[in-house]
This record gives sequence, C-alpha cells and structure tokens, in this order.
Amino acid sequence: MRVQVKLFAFFREGRFIKEDKELPEGTTAGKIVDDLSIDREEVGVLMVNSRHCTFETVLHEGDIYAIFPVIGGG
Amino acid sequence: MADKIFRVNMTDLSTSIEDVPAEWAGHGGRGLTSTIVAAEVPPTCHPLGPNNKLVFAPGLLSGTTASNSGRISAGAKSPLTGTIKEANAGGTSAQKLARIGCKALIIEGQPQDDSWYSISLKPGEITISKEEKLVGKGNFAVVEDVEKRFSDKIGVISIGQGGEMQMAAANISIKDPDSHIRSLGRGGLGAVMGSKKIKFIALDSGDAKVEIADPEAFKAANKTFTKALVDHPVSQALGTYGTNVLVNIINEAGGLPTKNFSQGQFEGHEQISGETMHDLIVERGGKPKHGCHAGCVIQCSQIYNDIKGNYKTSGIEYESIWAMGADCTIDNLDQIAEMDHILDDIGLDTIETAVAFGVAMEAGVLAFGDSNEMIRIMTEEIAKGSPLGRVIGNGAGNVGRTYGITRVPVVKNQAIPAYDPRAIKGIGVTYATSTQGADHTMGYTIATEILGVGGKADPLSKEGQVELSRNLQIATAAIDSTGMCLFIAFAALDDSTCLPSLIDMINARFGINLTANDVTNLGMTILKTEHAFNTAAGFTNLDDRLPEFFEIEPVTPHNAVWDFTGEEIDTFWNF
Repeated sequence: MRVQVKLFAFFREGRFIKEDKELPEGTTAGKIVDDLSIDREEVGVLMVNSRHCTFETVLHEGDIYAIFPVIGGG
Repeated sequence: MADKIFRVNMTDLSTSIEDVPAEWAGHGGRGLTSTIVAAEVPPTCHPLGPNNKLVFAPGLLSGTTASNSGRISAGAKSPLTGTIKEANAGGTSAQKLARIGCKALIIEGQPQDDSWYSISLKPGEITISKEEKLVGKGNFAVVEDVEKRFSDKIGVISIGQGGEMQMAAANISIKDPDSHIRSLGRGGLGAVMGSKKIKFIALDSGDAKVEIADPEAFKAANKTFTKALVDHPVSQALGTYGTNVLVNIINEAGGLPTKNFSQGQFEGHEQISGETMHDLIVERGGKPKHGCHAGCVIQCSQIYNDIKGNYKTSGIEYESIWAMGADCTIDNLDQIAEMDHILDDIGLDTIETAVAFGVAMEAGVLAFGDSNEMIRIMTEEIAKGSPLGRVIGNGAGNVGRTYGITRVPVVKNQAIPAYDPRAIKGIGVTYATSTQGADHTMGYTIATEILGVGGKADPLSKEGQVELSRNLQIATAAIDSTGMCLFIAFAALDDSTCLPSLIDMINARFGINLTANDVTNLGMTILKTEHAFNTAAGFTNLDDRLPEFFEIEPVTPHNAVWDFTGEEIDTFWNF
C-alpha cells in the first residue's frame, strides 16, 4: 500500500519533508517512526488524515501520515 | 523601599505617589490591573472618555532575577470590546517599573485641550511634560528620539499613529532590549492611551533594585524553576522555530483559519511555516533565537532580516503570520515581515488588523492575497487616518458592519485568532467565555487538544472542553499576575517541579506563605472580578457566544461546525 509520510521541525533534518512510501499491509504508525530512526520519546504528535493517532494505529492505502516532535507555541 | 502606586491625573496634570492599599498588596500584573479597573472605573463609562483609567503593572516577580518574569500588564475598559481588558507583553518596561518601585501606574482623567504629553517615572518621581515633536510619528521614531533625550537604558512605552487616532485596534508598544518593539496587542489599549493624550512614557530605574525578603530561598527556587523551563522539549522547539512552528501542525489538524475563516487548511502553509522561516533567518544572517526580555531562557523571539540581510522585524509570532498569511491567503514571509514592521510602527494589533483585512477582502475592498495593496492601505490609509484607514483600523467587526458581511470572526467584537473553533472546539469555549473577547491566550486549550501537552483532548469532540478551558483560564489568570511569560505553562503542565518553585519564588520575594490552593483561588478571584465588571457594563451570558456562521458553515477538511449549545457554554461559570 502507498502512504504519504510527512515530517516536521527537526525530524526533517537528514530525512525528508514529504515522501510517498510503499509499505506492507498492516504497518503501524509506530513501525514507521522506528524505521525512520526517530526516538519514540521525541515524538509529540502523530496524525493520520488530520486526526490524532497512536503508535498502534494501523495505516491504510492512501493515508496521509504526519509525525511531529514535541512542539508548542501560541 | 516599599512599592507604591504612582497616579497621574491628566485632567489637572497632578500626580501622586501613594501607599498600596492592603487589598491590592497580594496582586501584580493582570490581577492588579483588573482589580484596579474594577475598583475605580465605572463599568458603563465611555472607554475613550475621562472616566476610563489606563493601568500599567509589572508582575509579582518582575524586576527580580526570576527567569521569564519580564511581562508587563496594561488594563482599562476596552474601546474594542467594551469589556474589561488586560494585555501583556515582554520588553524592558516591567523590569524598569518594578525597580522604580512602582507597583502600578494609574493614568486617569483627560486633558481639556488638544495638547499632547509625555510622562517620565523615576524612583519616587513622576514628571508630566508637553510633547510636540513626536506627535504624528511612528513607534520606532519615538523610541529612537526618547533614547536620545534620556539614555539608551531607558524603558519606553509608546503609541503610534493608530493610538493617536484612537483606533480600536491600536496597541501600546514596549521597547525591548534591542530598542525594537513588543506589543500590548489586544483590545485597543493604545486608543485609551491616545484618549489621554500621552504619546510616550519613559521609565528610568537608575541603579534601583527589587528587594527580596529571602534571597537564598529565592535563588534556590529560581534554579529549580529555570531547569524545568530549559529541560522541557517545547521550550527547545520554541527557541529554534519560534511560535510559528505551529503553522504546519494547526494546518495538518485542519484548524488553520484560511481565507477569512472559509477553509481550515492553507495551500501555502509550508511557505509561511516556522521551518521555512528558520531556514530563511539562518540563510540571511538573522537570529532564530532571541529573548524579548532579559532573563528569558526560552527565547522564542527572533531577528528576521530581509533578502539583503538588513534587519526587518523582531518577534514575529505565529498569530501574526497566520493572520496576515493564511487568513488573507498571502504565502510570502517577506511581505508578512514587512507588514509586521509597519503595524509595529503605526501601533496596531497584528491580529485585529489582519483579520479586519480578511473581512475587507471578503467584501471586495481588495483581493485576497494582494499583499501590495495591504501594505499600501496600511501606510497610505491607516497611518494617515483616511476614511478607509479608519474603517479597517477600528477592527474586524467594524469592517463587517461597514460592508454588510456576515462571516465576521469576532467575539465581543474582538477578532478570533489563529485556531478555528469548529475544528478545535476547546479553544472555541475560551473565545466564547473569555472576559475579554476572543483571545487564545486566556485559556490555551491548544496545548492539550493539539499538542498533547498537559494531557489529551479530542479537538473535534465537545467532551471535557468546558472544564479544560475553565481550568486553563483560572491558571492563566494567576500566571498573568506573576509577570511570567505564559510559555512557562508548557513546563508547568508537564513538570511537577515547575509550579511549586514558582510559588516558592513569590514567597521568597515577599516573605509570605502562599500555597498552590492560594494561587488557584487567585486565578478564580481575578476571573470573577473581571466577569462582574462586564456584567455591570451590560454584558450577559448571551454575549458568550460565537458568531452564527460557525454553526451553519461547515469548515474543511473535517466539515465540522460549532455545535455547543448556549446552556453548555454557560456551565463555564459554575465555579
């Protein structure tokens, strides 16, 4: 299945901003984080299709998946 | 030397330095400005008339070495909302006022003629002077000239042309450590200062220092407090990307109000994002990390240079970038920085003014995305007080009424900031119930709904949102009284050492024994004091509502509408 993965803030350093990835069915949000060598402790927010999700969330064909470090502002 | 109340009467140009009444002694910052306004300003007065008062107060810890304690509060009845108002900013003035020994500066009355004045404060001394030279000038010229007259160490509080013309979007500018500008942004307090014919206030604290009752305990508490701030990952991201790190995440969540609140995502988000801004700043030799006041350890401000590497603006915030960017569909950071600089100089709130432009674009006054025309209107119309300039400079609600527009994002006539309440519902509760009109900083539910700080809440669900907003509004009212930057809240929500060490510092400063419960009670008392003022000014629960279009126009991508009932919102005040 194809999933678009988007990275933000310093997660982009040495990686990418946006990439379409071919992934096996049943891939979880957490597995993608691990495969990108991102420390789960550093993850602040995960979203699939503009909704918050968890490391356990299973992705599907055509999903847009966004990974953010712990950030804030306001 | 005990702190005093400095009072200036602009009707007869008299001054006095008074002992602090016992009932004001435990207050600082917002708690004190709201307490004084509630005690001394008739709620039904005209905000620009002689009976309104403009109050400045440093926070309880301002002027000390406490990290991030440099916020100054200003309060009055707001000409924009008609409610009580407090706005706070960084810069150097909070520290100067505190070291002068000024617990609050109260400006009352109004000159009977057309003369303009300045005020200068020193320890134990208030001087009122006539001012001619700087009338009609922008804030940058004022700061430059006042520094030449006094010294570059002087604190400066000033208004630009917007405040002079008493526009409801006018802010009050506070000089920062680099002689640039921070803003007491919201609610038109610059118009109140203009109505009292005060162009600037100069603050000279000399070598004076704030007394600490227990210096050793203070130092120890500050060390713990500072560590909590520095160690929190949000602080670290703020120092790198500024508050503008939010553009991409709020866009991703579908809550970035775009094209005058007609969409929840902006195609040009990446071009105006914190990530892009960081790279541009570094490329042009600016500073991505910069403090708006001495002692800030978070440093979310920045120095933004233009394409030639020359200084353009400082402390360009997410809300400003969103308002001039996504809300007006402008995807060019250089144009946004230019407008930020112009609005700082004229002295207008970037949120109110840019949202007013968004409504004007909806009305066809100018095209969406036309930043050149925005810049022309700012410099040729608003700064010069033309009829169109005054229509826009009096805020988003005014533009909507003038042109017959129904999609006007305001609560109590104050422009809604950078988070769509249909897609992020908790912040809608804050907009609706805030004592001061729509204002995200009053109860920043975004931390929990979007950023996962201080727990989690589903932004598209109503569940728990009233309680979340209530708890945050109570905590915020207390934090706004300490002189602390609100960004200590991220650490305070997650790190159990942060708030106790803050309370320890207040106790060590004054030699008192506040507990966490006392601080919560302080927050509740402030909210109730502000709410009672508004009630006496004629506001009811029916004013605690969002504009109708949020209920009937679904916003993409979630096709969400605002679905709180009035009864649900009204439970906010059950405490």
